[in-house]
Amino acid sequence: MSTATVTPTKLWGGGKSPFNVEYGKLMMWYFLMSDAFTFGAFLISYGTIRFSTNGWPDPNEVFKSFPFAPEGVHAPLVFVSIMTFILIISSVTMVLAVHAGHNMDKKGVVKNLILTIVGGIAFLSCQAWEWNHLYHEGAWWGSNPFLNHDGTASSTNFTNYFFTITGFHGFHVFSGVVINIIMLIMTLMDKFEQRGHYLMIEKAGLYWHFVDLVWVFVFTCFYLI
Amino acid sequence: MEHTVAHEEHSGGGTKEIVRVTVILSVLTIIELALGFWMIDMPLESSLRLAVKGAIIILMLAKAFYIVAYFMHLKHELKNMIMTIVVPLALFVWFITAFLYDGNSFRNLRNTYDPHFKEQSTIKVEKKAESKHGESKHEEAKPAAEKKAVE
Repeated sequence: MSTATVTPTKLWGGGKSPFNVEYGKLMMWYFLMSDAFTFGAFLISYGTIRFSTNGWPDPNEVFKSFPFAPEGVHAPLVFVSIMTFILIISSVTMVLAVHAGHNMDKKGVVKNLILTIVGGIAFLSCQAWEWNHLYHEGAWWGSNPFLNHDGTASSTNFTNYFFTITGFHGFHVFSGVVINIIMLIMTLMDKFEQRGHYLMIEKAGLYWHFVDLVWVFVFTCFYLI
Repeated sequence: MEHTVAHEEHSGGGTKEIVRVTVILSVLTIIELALGFWMIDMPLESSLRLAVKGAIIILMLAKAFYIVAYFMHLKHELKNMIMTIVVPLALFVWFITAFLYDGNSFRNLRNTYDPHFKEQSTIKVEKKAESKHGESKHEEAKPAAEKKAVE
């Protein structure tokens, strides 16, 4: 039926992998697809509630702080853009690790995995600071100290969604860091050299890129628009 | 030995491609941020603001495409495999349309038929949002409220 595959009959004739993808990698893709639906459901629910409400807090007023800056500093978007770039760069180092794995370059894998882990931890630290700061401003699940953009009282939907969704994403980042640490240990123990391939790094990489992908959406939905 | 999948990768670009995509992602992010900064001083219900939000969403989708296609390597997989991932995700088009439409309709209905809801969204809070939780640590809510009162 397909026109793009080279020899369709042979591909599906048995005896070879019709998708030309390793089993674990394919299953990682399907897991990520289901995870995308979970995040999608969260974000769409957030959007629905936001659309059904008259006012909404201004993200530039809520997320205007910066670590070590004096209280009351007005720096909207600055901190979160740093977080975004940290995640993008750690995604790049992950690609480089996968790439090094292809070339059976153990040193490159180790180096880039370490950089990725550092990036992940940096992102988590930023998020921890931001949550802590917001908590001390009185924002938490069920408590919203911020006003709507037009100065009217805001509902707790805003903080509930913010903490739930960024929390769920942060948990994914945390899992990704743990997975990457396991990958690093396995690489250092020469597991992949013995197997003759670094396909495992690819699967961890897929997961890590997905975490970055979700942040693109979370960042846009909560901080920008 | 289970690893007999011949992984003669349908490899794309290599390091050059990685660098190119990194640059594209950074540039898109910077444009997004620039639009975000530009939007800060825009009047609330202006159509320009809406247009900028639309532009940001388009940039977001472009970023998502580059991450999935190049970093996650999906572009270099076989077409059948790509379809098993992308076609189910097309459901999102319907999800987003239906739910946002529903939310919007609910707001309109409440504004029309629920006087209390309508009234609540017109009363400006002058001092600070009254704390329903009544805890001492919530004192810091003031600066935000004051800033609001100025506007």
